Amino acid sequence: MSLLTIRQLKVAYGGIQAVHGVDLVVEEGELVCLIGANGAGKSSTLRALAGLTHASGDIRLAGRRLNGLPAHAIARLGVALVPEGRGIFARMTVAENLAMGAYTRRDAGVADDLTRVYDLFPRLAERRGQVAGTLSGGEQQMLAIGRALMSRPRLLLLDEPSMGLAPLMVGKIYETIQAIAGTGVTMLLVEQNAHLALQVSQRAYVMESGRIRLAGASAELMRDPAVQSAYLGA
Amino acid sequence: MEIFVQQLINGLVLGSIYALVALGYTMVYGILELINFAHGEVTMMGAMVALTVIGLLLGLNPELPGLLVVLAGVLIAVPACMLLAFAIEKVAYRPLRRAPRLAPLITAIGVSIVLQNAAMLIWGRQYISFPQILPQMSFTVLGAHVTSLQIFIVLLCMTMMAGLWWLVQKTRLGRAMRATAQSKEVAMLMGVDIDRVISATFVIGAALAAIAGVLVSAYYGLAHYYMGFMLGLKAFSAAVLGGIGNIAGAMLGGLLLGIIEALGAGYIGDFTGGFLGSHYQDVFAFFVLILVLVFRPSGLLGERVASRA
Repeated sequence: MSLLTIRQLKVAYGGIQAVHGVDLVVEEGELVCLIGANGAGKSSTLRALAGLTHASGDIRLAGRRLNGLPAHAIARLGVALVPEGRGIFARMTVAENLAMGAYTRRDAGVADDLTRVYDLFPRLAERRGQVAGTLSGGEQQMLAIGRALMSRPRLLLLDEPSMGLAPLMVGKIYETIQAIAGTGVTMLLVEQNAHLALQVSQRAYVMESGRIRLAGASAELMRDPAVQSAYLGA
Repeated sequence: MEIFVQQLINGLVLGSIYALVALGYTMVYGILELINFAHGEVTMMGAMVALTVIGLLLGLNPELPGLLVVLAGVLIAVPACMLLAFAIEKVAYRPLRRAPRLAPLITAIGVSIVLQNAAMLIWGRQYISFPQILPQMSFTVLGAHVTSLQIFIVLLCMTMMAGLWWLVQKTRLGRAMRATAQSKEVAMLMGVDIDRVISATFVIGAALAAIAGVLVSAYYGLAHYYMGFMLGLKAFSAAVLGGIGNIAGAMLGGLLLGIIEALGAGYIGDFTGGFLGSHYQDVFAFFVLILVLVFRPSGLLGERVASRA
């Protein structure tokens, strides 16, 4: 059974249809990306998955239906969304933000995971007592990803992690995403920067006007002339 | 000098009660951006329920030790008010969570009127006096008169505020409350059931209010169905003075407002050559509030972080 199965997902905002029936599958351990232009419905798909937006269709995590569950219940089932714009708690310290990531956990492994996150992002370790609102954009993105990892997610959803970051920082974040994928965390990555997303992922879906236009192995999509002209600027 | 010390002490007592009530306004505002106008009435209900229990117990046996009787009153009043606030949030505010902001605000005023009238129907229009059953001692400090009740009120309020501070800063629930205040959506993504956090916020505020209600009625020796109005207004002003939404601000604002009010009442006669008397103390408190808001519209400790996470 696939870890995530989405069938005929539809999202509408007050009569305006943003997502017109998306089918998507993510297998355990995969890094799958969802690329497309601004307004294609990528973020709406992720938000529906996390329970932040009402959607019709069928969303299943390891067979369990997620539709209609409140967002906090979906989070407790192991779906962690790093939202667009990072969504850090600006008036809390770095350490408190990370503690919020482990909010639902009461097991003894939290301390070990905290060490692991600090190893992954030494910058966060240096600034653990600092108020998160004073961090740079890249550091905030690290914090948002680290916080999501603190929940020990079964499925990590990343919404535009490169947005608004300097090129050097984008490179760093993507190195980290690959490192996280290497540890076996299943990820669904939404990204406008198709080049980056196709490089790090195994499979990809291309979204256009609320529909999946293309799907396949990332390496093949990168050579696809339609993808090249529309998204890779070739 | 004696007047100054005396009024400073009186202000401190009054101010710590204001602070306790102000916390309820500021916590709810911090999370929902709602001014819960019914909070003053919750305070009144606390006093009324406690006085009823005290009256019943003394009716059964007038020989019961006073301190124990008052404690029993508090032990009934606190859960009663917690339950009341839980119900108010669930029935009146929760269905309006997504409504325009004016709707819950008007509802809050409505709830306040309903509670006032309910109290009037249950307890009548007359003042209910707080029986003189608490042991009273008085001391003289720097020429000023201090009672054991005053000392007790200040100490209890300070303890409760320290407890609340610890809860908000150090516990899992407190962290969830702060997270919810900063972004409900992201808090949900962390697995926080925000409905429960919001309920908890109302219930904690109500517990503080119930105790404040008992203290204020013990201090003045009176309770009345309308007492929540002015007390609520003062406490709300204190929350605004300190910066609404800010917990430390509510504590500071409450203490300051009480002290300013007491000093104002003590000296206003001298300043105006007897033209204005001490009954102008309310005017004085609100005048200071307006003055602070002109120069610091967000309150003394208030700062709205521009980007809400």
